[in-house]
Amino acid sequence: MSNEKTSPGSGVRGPKSEINIQQLASGPQHPKRVLAALSGGVDSAVAAALLVEAGYEVIAISMLLAGNTEGHDGGCCSIDDFQDARRVAEQLGIPYYVLNLKDAFRSRVIDVFTDEYLRGRTPNPCLLCNRDLKFDLLWQRARELDARFVATGHYARVEYDQTTDQYRLLRGTDQRKDQSYFLFTLSQVQLARTLFPVGHLTKSEVREKARTLGLNIAEKPESQDICFVPDGDYARFIEERIAATQPRRVTAGEIVDEEGRVLGTHDGIHRFTIGQRRGLGVGGLTEPRYVTQIDPQSGRVAVGAKKQLMTRGLIANGVTWVLGKQEAEVNASVKIRYRHPVIPARIVPQDGGRAEVWFRQSYPAVTPGQAAVFYDGDQVLGGGWIEKAL
Amino acid sequence: MHPVYLDHNATTPLRPEVLEAMLPYLQTHFGNPSSIHRAGRRAKQGLETAREQIAALIHCRPSEILFTSGGTESNNLALGGVLRSARARGSHVVTTAIEHSSILEPLQALGPDGVDATLLPVNDEGRVEAGSLVAAIRSDTVLVSIGLANHEIGTIQPITALSRITKERKVPLHVDAVQAAGKVPIDVDVLGVDLLSLSAHKIYGPKGIGALYVRKGTAISPLLHGGPQEREKRAGTENVAAAVGFGIAATLAAQELETNAAHCLLLKSKLRDTVLSRISGTYVNGLIDDCLPNTVNIGFTDTTGEGLMMGLDLAGIAVSTGSACAAGSLEPSHVLLALGRDPEAAKSALRFSVGKDTTEAEITYVLDVLPKVVERVRAARSIMSNE
Repeated sequence: MSNEKTSPGSGVRGPKSEINIQQLASGPQHPKRVLAALSGGVDSAVAAALLVEAGYEVIAISMLLAGNTEGHDGGCCSIDDFQDARRVAEQLGIPYYVLNLKDAFRSRVIDVFTDEYLRGRTPNPCLLCNRDLKFDLLWQRARELDARFVATGHYARVEYDQTTDQYRLLRGTDQRKDQSYFLFTLSQVQLARTLFPVGHLTKSEVREKARTLGLNIAEKPESQDICFVPDGDYARFIEERIAATQPRRVTAGEIVDEEGRVLGTHDGIHRFTIGQRRGLGVGGLTEPRYVTQIDPQSGRVAVGAKKQLMTRGLIANGVTWVLGKQEAEVNASVKIRYRHPVIPARIVPQDGGRAEVWFRQSYPAVTPGQAAVFYDGDQVLGGGWIEKAL
Repeated sequence: MHPVYLDHNATTPLRPEVLEAMLPYLQTHFGNPSSIHRAGRRAKQGLETAREQIAALIHCRPSEILFTSGGTESNNLALGGVLRSARARGSHVVTTAIEHSSILEPLQALGPDGVDATLLPVNDEGRVEAGSLVAAIRSDTVLVSIGLANHEIGTIQPITALSRITKERKVPLHVDAVQAAGKVPIDVDVLGVDLLSLSAHKIYGPKGIGALYVRKGTAISPLLHGGPQEREKRAGTENVAAAVGFGIAATLAAQELETNAAHCLLLKSKLRDTVLSRISGTYVNGLIDDCLPNTVNIGFTDTTGEGLMMGLDLAGIAVSTGSACAAGSLEPSHVLLALGRDPEAAKSALRFSVGKDTTEAEITYVLDVLPKVVERVRAARSIMSNE
């Protein structure tokens, strides 16, 4: 990619996706067949419904990811969710299948999630799941079924830019629901075969649409953050997971202050996240203390005042660019976690898929393991995985 | 092309004759067969006629037939009932690694109650060897349970030979004949079995009704209590209309057994032979001979059964692969794993089970669609691994 071609913010808004699709339909696949992922929630249901209305041949699938199918835990793979998804597919009159992706989810998401925490980092399993399952394995299934597209209920938009002949990944129109952060790894090839039918709607419009269609999940509440840890106690989840086979991987150690004074001990670095305030187990301090550093070698967790969390930037690895490799510096807004305002920054690409991200002013709590996603306004430029603070 | 249904081992359509026989018992003859008045007697008459018809299918006495809610309950009753009544003598059961989950899971669930199960291995064609049964029977063994024909691969076990061993060791033999009934002749004396499970909906009867044959003199305790029905072995008002349907289905199955088996075998063989010759990387899981006439399980290298099944379904063809979990997704087949297939291979097989109404035109259609679906699934995999 050359910088001129894609100078941030320029570029004509492409036509609505329906029109692009006609152009793309020349491949070997069925031009109007779409594999639509249903989670049992309202967003993906309305996404599938919109595709049916637009005349696509929609095949609905749900992904069985975690082993817990007892239906009592409220996690994402509960029988209730599959039942809801199945009902939606029936109402829309489309075929429905549940894909067993447990093995892939275990190796590509849960194992990585566990390893990252045990190494003192803070992973984002949704990012991994999107990259490796929804937009990789699901696409394989789409190919198997002769489908041209994979569709999800993400709040994000894909637009085709005729002047550059490229696909642009944009934030969802509903800024509060925008999920483009989770999609930064998508390549041109992937964007060309991806549909986000609710990306241009607000959440309330989606619910309204669901009501209009009489979908029984119209009022269903939002799902959890980490679907496979329904009670939110991720530390216990990790401990139970490794208890039988690898208990020694837990790194316990000391909690120290900014001068290196030992304030206490802890049971494992996986219980901490940079910027964490609660649950430090050190009392008697006058000022709030935050986790500022986690050393996986010594097991030492440093805590300090809020000002010590401030950093000027970060180093990201595994950097990808939506419009193709970027070598020149670029000014962008950066999101360092999903629920975080953007930070104005300068991105300096380095060798080996790394990039330095220099913030315009200092920001607190850069968390290794999360993604840093680069934006120009609504447009996702790319992103990478946070290696460390600068 | 109308939908092509090649999943008769999962269930079969209800025969019109069966429906017709059932309707009076859902409408006019609604009585409770335990009631002593006229309405009750009329219902009882239907129930007992059905019992005779089912007994005739497997050559036993009507008094040896207990009605249940289906094959799963029959298997649970055989295991749990014999184990309960034999508690004083022991709680060891011998079965095989390829049984239906309604055998394996009850045994697993009974583990905490002290029930110990030995799972006999099978060879790579799914057959149990007599020697392994001899070695597995212990002094505290109270039951041997072996499926007559396997639900996934169709392999038929040499029950007559195996029952000689159980008789000699004086251990009752239970046989799950849910898949075999109506497809191969069954005579409880020739087989030498003491208990045998049947299900109506596998032989063009209704769902929700099954039977357990219990040889006279075989000790068995009830699992359901609360009434004297079924000789105090299975409490609860009988599902009369379904039993009547089961009876007719059994009679017709016995009458048409040879014709239907020959018809199924012809179509199944054509399907199997053409797939094996026309599609590369295909092989049969199980046996060619000593196999249910209607069943063939074919492995397709470099595919997923899931993808093949979905692709065929979208083309209107119903087949099966592995077994579904509660959510409706597919699990790798424990049967194929027990044959020694690796987990990949256990996930890339399809079970085709034809029925008495399957036509040659339907097989031709499947043979037209299947190679394309296989090719597409393989192409998708190779593209993905290159991307």
